[in-house]
Amino acid sequence: MSLPDDYLKYPKRRHGMDHDRYDWSMLVKRRKIVWPGDARVALWIVPALTWYPLDSKGKPFRAPGALLNPYPDYRHYTHRDYGNRVGIFRIMKVMDDLGLKASVAMNAAVATRYPALIEEINARAWEIIAHGVDMDKLHYGGLAPDAERALVQEAVGTLRQRSGQKITGWLSPGKSESGNTLDLLAEAGIAYVCDWINDDMPYGVRTSHGGIHALPHPYELDDYTILIQNHHSEADFVQQVIDQFDALYAEAGQQGGRIMALGLNPWVIGCPYRIKYLRQALTHIVSHKGVWSATGAEILAAFRGQE
Amino acid sequence: MKSDPELYDYLPYKNRPKITWPGGARLAFWVAPNIEFYELEPPGNPQRTPWARPIPDVLAYSYRDYGNRVGFWRMMEAMEKYGVRGSVSLNVAVCDHHPEIIAECVKRDWEFYSHGTYNTRYTFGMSEAQERALIEDAIATVKKHSGQKLAGWLSPALTNTERTMDLLAEYGLLYTCDLFHDDQPMPVKVKSGRLISIPYSLEMNDIIAYNSNLVPPRQYGEIIKAQFDQLYEEGETSGTVMCIPLHPFLVGQPHRIAAFADALAYITRHDKVWVTTGREIAQHFLANHHDDFLAASRRSAPR
Repeated sequence: MSLPDDYLKYPKRRHGMDHDRYDWSMLVKRRKIVWPGDARVALWIVPALTWYPLDSKGKPFRAPGALLNPYPDYRHYTHRDYGNRVGIFRIMKVMDDLGLKASVAMNAAVATRYPALIEEINARAWEIIAHGVDMDKLHYGGLAPDAERALVQEAVGTLRQRSGQKITGWLSPGKSESGNTLDLLAEAGIAYVCDWINDDMPYGVRTSHGGIHALPHPYELDDYTILIQNHHSEADFVQQVIDQFDALYAEAGQQGGRIMALGLNPWVIGCPYRIKYLRQALTHIVSHKGVWSATGAEILAAFRGQE
Repeated sequence: MKSDPELYDYLPYKNRPKITWPGGARLAFWVAPNIEFYELEPPGNPQRTPWARPIPDVLAYSYRDYGNRVGFWRMMEAMEKYGVRGSVSLNVAVCDHHPEIIAECVKRDWEFYSHGTYNTRYTFGMSEAQERALIEDAIATVKKHSGQKLAGWLSPALTNTERTMDLLAEYGLLYTCDLFHDDQPMPVKVKSGRLISIPYSLEMNDIIAYNSNLVPPRQYGEIIKAQFDQLYEEGETSGTVMCIPLHPFLVGQPHRIAAFADALAYITRHDKVWVTTGREIAQHFLANHHDDFLAASRRSAPR
């Protein structure tokens, strides 16, 4: 099979990125960031409260954790729903005991279906990050802009209305975007997006509705990735969280404030035998001086004050 | 299509000529970071879709971009701490996109060898003219940005044609990393000139360890040490090569860097280890051992 002549033409071979969404820059060359209280590390914990509809289509692909069996897949539906009913309360207990706050990435469907969770979150002054409508309503290249705008508006609007929170953060289901997503998010008043995993610190993103920021929401340092996808042990989960923290903590001493971000799925880490490992990992972190437990919005506000 | 690559003869790992590395070392140790650029909107290829999800595949693209923005520096500092120079498997378009990274490597006397232009442009299916253009681009770009004469090749995304090795030899390259058949350098059969394979290793590669074999970071460190122990022991009688191929977007993540640094500390505290580069291994082997290995291969070939 031959390739066309222009296969070796490179119209975007130039200094910087091959697109205009953000500027190329190396983390180590940027100015040092100072967190409130001169903390070394901002601890940003992001549990996801998700709903996988029983009639999921999985189009154009299945989001991580999506239903797998023929309809009606009670097995996966209910296992995921366990997180909303039970698992999240175990996480909240650990966080309360350690005096930590979280930013919860929430599908709008969860807010509508389970208002009790909104009350729990608001009672703790935790932040809600818009996490799309549900785990089967994906944003992807090829989705018509009007259809995507409707998804964004429904997700953000529902969460604002149900929670009374401003809702300035966004995490796409499956961290999947179309070429229009960032523009539509800015149009909806979103200030930061969690889909991009190319940095350890916030950076500016261009949209057709002005600048927003990307925040380093994790992909690999996440209970689902480590325990379910990679089949690592719970002890390995703890080791990886500790190694991540220790590396960032040491680096912060040289290079300025860092962000320790941890993604959690209540149906995974909220399982009875696993929850103690979350406590173990977080206990290691909070035993250090200079750890600032913060929400995404707080981290962004501190960062923007120094741009 | 051929049933055999026809690139090397069978040569059992027994009664081979002995390789002696400079300084009487038993083992030549090299680290090969893949410094890459994946395009957000690459052209289609009939044999391989660059991204799993519809374009823009934000997750996969930004995953790799992390290596250049963040991971490179951590990896480089760990290597520098233990006196290890990199042999960079380079998508040469990085010279244009991110010359700042190239400059840091040049400053530390790292080698650059070619890993194609972009990791989203594949060699299979190329015409000879296209493949020549790819090689000429790599030679010229590396020369321009580092002053180095290109010596090595790892095909972009491990994609080859049947003529790749012949062309590399014709253009005066010394080594390929695309063959995984041995723990010692070996002559490669080419139409003209000389070319050798240098052990690069899929098993030591962080992308295989982390994303295919799904090993935890600390276990990756232990795997590296165990591989070293065995090759070091055997190297006393055979002369071995050990490579750690890396991807800054993987090894350079905070939760993985300590395990890698620990493995480097372990290896470099041994004597009789030649900490070197791909080019230096190739030059030493070609000057001192190539012809003996070629003769041994011919002797062991079926009559």
